[in-house]
Amino acid sequence: MVKFDIQNLNAWFGSKHVLKNINMKIEENTVTAIIGPSGCGKTTLLRCLNRMHELIPGARVSGKVIFNGVNIYDNSVDPVMVRRKIGMVFQKPNPFPMMSIYDNVAVGLKLNGIRDKRVLDAAVKRSLELANLWDEVKDELNKSGASLSGGQQQRLCIARALAVEPEVLLMDEPCSALDPISTAKIEELIRKLAKDYTIIIVTHNVQQAARVSDFTAFLYLGELIEYGPTRQIFENPQNELTERYLTGKFG
Amino acid sequence: MKMPRKMPLFFNSLNLKFSSQFKNHLKGDNLFKLVSALFASSIFLLLGLMIYTLIEGSWLSIQTFGLNFIVGTTWDPAISKVFGALPLILGTLVTSAIALLIGVPISLGIGLALSEYLPRRFGFAISFLVELLAAVPSVVYGLWGMFVLIPFLREHVYPYLQTALGFIPLFSGPIYGGGVLTGGIVLAIMIIPTVSAVMRDLFSAVPNSQREAIIALGATKWETTKIVVSYARSGVIGAAILGLGRAVGETMAITMVIGNKFQVWPSSLFDAWYTMAAIIANELLEATYDLYVSALINVGLILLIITLLINVLARLIVWRAMRLTRGIVRE
Amino acid sequence: MDYHKLRFIKDRLMQSLVYLSLILAFIPLFSIIYEVFVRGVSAINVDFFIKPTPTVGEVGGGVANAIQGTLITIGLASLIGVPVGLMSGIFLSEYSESRLSMIIRFLHDVLGGVPSIVIGVFAYALITRSIGFSVTAAAFALAVIMIPIVTRTTEEALKLVPMSIREAAIALGIPRWKVTITIALSSARKAIITGILLSIARIAGESAPILVSMGFWRWWFAGLNRPVANLALNIFIFAMSPFKNWVTLAWGSALILIIMVLIISVLARITLTRG
Repeated sequence: MVKFDIQNLNAWFGSKHVLKNINMKIEENTVTAIIGPSGCGKTTLLRCLNRMHELIPGARVSGKVIFNGVNIYDNSVDPVMVRRKIGMVFQKPNPFPMMSIYDNVAVGLKLNGIRDKRVLDAAVKRSLELANLWDEVKDELNKSGASLSGGQQQRLCIARALAVEPEVLLMDEPCSALDPISTAKIEELIRKLAKDYTIIIVTHNVQQAARVSDFTAFLYLGELIEYGPTRQIFENPQNELTERYLTGKFG
Repeated sequence: MKMPRKMPLFFNSLNLKFSSQFKNHLKGDNLFKLVSALFASSIFLLLGLMIYTLIEGSWLSIQTFGLNFIVGTTWDPAISKVFGALPLILGTLVTSAIALLIGVPISLGIGLALSEYLPRRFGFAISFLVELLAAVPSVVYGLWGMFVLIPFLREHVYPYLQTALGFIPLFSGPIYGGGVLTGGIVLAIMIIPTVSAVMRDLFSAVPNSQREAIIALGATKWETTKIVVSYARSGVIGAAILGLGRAVGETMAITMVIGNKFQVWPSSLFDAWYTMAAIIANELLEATYDLYVSALINVGLILLIITLLINVLARLIVWRAMRLTRGIVRE
Repeated sequence: MDYHKLRFIKDRLMQSLVYLSLILAFIPLFSIIYEVFVRGVSAINVDFFIKPTPTVGEVGGGVANAIQGTLITIGLASLIGVPVGLMSGIFLSEYSESRLSMIIRFLHDVLGGVPSIVIGVFAYALITRSIGFSVTAAAFALAVIMIPIVTRTTEEALKLVPMSIREAAIALGIPRWKVTITIALSSARKAIITGILLSIARIAGESAPILVSMGFWRWWFAGLNRPVANLALNIFIFAMSPFKNWVTLAWGSALILIIMVLIISVLARITLTRG
């Protein structure tokens, strides 16, 4: 089932045209990697999917992104609701330092009006389990969110995003600030989550894309050059640019 | 191991259609913007009310004396009921000028010490101590001025000052310890924290490339410092004017040491005098009839106008100087 | 004389002058703290804290009523000053670029530069002339002094909240206004509270506006349309009086004020540098 149907998506920073006519369909419960050299627009594309790009002053978007049959850019659609269904994890882990681990995970639920302690307890446990963090923090839920190591903080952010039960998880270079072991743990987590969530991950590490994703999209200078099953892209790229990027000739 | 994916209770049963809560969120955002804007706009009301009530309170005096109030030199509440504020304005300006003469050079030194001379570690401690100076209440300065500074000056400083400079009329005349010069000294101490903090910021903002350029030519530390000060000179003037604004408005400290004597001009620096702020503090409670009260409010209005002009001028100069120093504006 | 030697001497001389200015500034500071402590300590005894102002001729006495009165006045002033300052600071930091914000910010700076005696006259003209010398008028004056301070410190505190924290909250699907009230505010709460404490320290030391809007009061709290005793104002009245025990009480009150100011300043420094 198609989760995202992106049609003629264009994006600008002021007068700079950063995404040019992107057309792609993303399947449900898959991991899609977006790769490309610096500045090619991958993060912008990701942020267009949860309507965060438009928050930057001077930013503009045109085109359609159809999610669950609804164009999220339609005038009647509330961007806040979009973001509840489509979660995001950022490059640099950003847990709320002034809150405990428990509160970090629970905050999304609390702000949506859920007050029942039993429900919150269960949700926090489940989210931390899903994020493969529960065993490490279950006895220290009251410690500050910032007291964890980098890799743990990132998993905390994943738990926080999962707690509000999105259908999609957007990940913007989630491992670039982490060491190899933490990276491996997160990649393992991604494969596990893919069974129930649609994951789109931006990465500058092509090996990671090969390891972790089902589909890969290659962006260059704002254009979608090639998009297809990961295996096919890596073993048999159709476009010369793709091949040159994958073999490290540039970027 | 299969983890239960869906929460069995509340969350998915919430109607999460994309447009269902849109109106609520927009309403929330707009309401919030409106309420906070309303609170913030109370400043218009406050300032407007202040100007209005001061003018209204001064009206009787304005009607009676007109502009003569500003140049009048009589203050006789008891018999002729004539009021004039010129000596007060002069007293305020002169004591503030003395405060600047003493306080600005010292503030300059402190600003330079903090930005050019002292190592970082000391910088924090010193800045903290300077902040402490700023936190001492005005009335405590006055108390200290009355019981510590005045006897000290009267016994150990002024007599020698008079011996050395007594041939100048400014330094002749009876010494009782308080008066114009003492007032200026206390005011100087009080403006140092503000002025030196601004100066430190100004000097720190001077680009290092300037210092490096002159050092490369073989300059001494002092010669380098001169370059820094000259680069930031318009800001230095602005900081001094900021200090002037503070000195002009000081009340308790000055009234406790200056002697509170209404006269057109003091006979010497050791003579007593009066300022606008001091007379309001001393006499508003004693003012028993309407014209008297109105005259005092009128003095307050004049003080307000002078302070506003000084502060706006100072901020414009400092703001412009900061922009120049950072190289944003090329002139 | 050798020109190089001259430059060298000048350099050393100027350096000494710079350090001299530091010394000159700190002599009064240390003198004030020293004198207030030494002279104030002799006033401190149990009576100091439980007895009200002594009548003329009475021996001893205390500042208990002044402490009560000052707390009441500060409390009333904060009731208006803190909410208005908080909301104004929030508005200025969240909608920082708009034309309205620039004007409001400028006006807050203007109000912050108005001498406190003028604000006292404002309170006198607005309130005292109608309901008489009263704690209400004094609290109003203090609130007007507080507002620009709390506004500025709140705005600066919120501006320091890193963008990444706000982004994380927005990405969770939390509406803008909730992000501000819950996430941003709690992230900045240390700095905001420090700002409020600093403003309280400032108004606790004010005496000029109190003098002209409320006047001197020797007794306990007697109603909102009556004055109350005030610690800072008492220092002024007692110092100018001919009574020895009143002067002693003045130093004792000054000691309390200085200690309180010192504590809050140190607390503020620690919070702001660590947080």
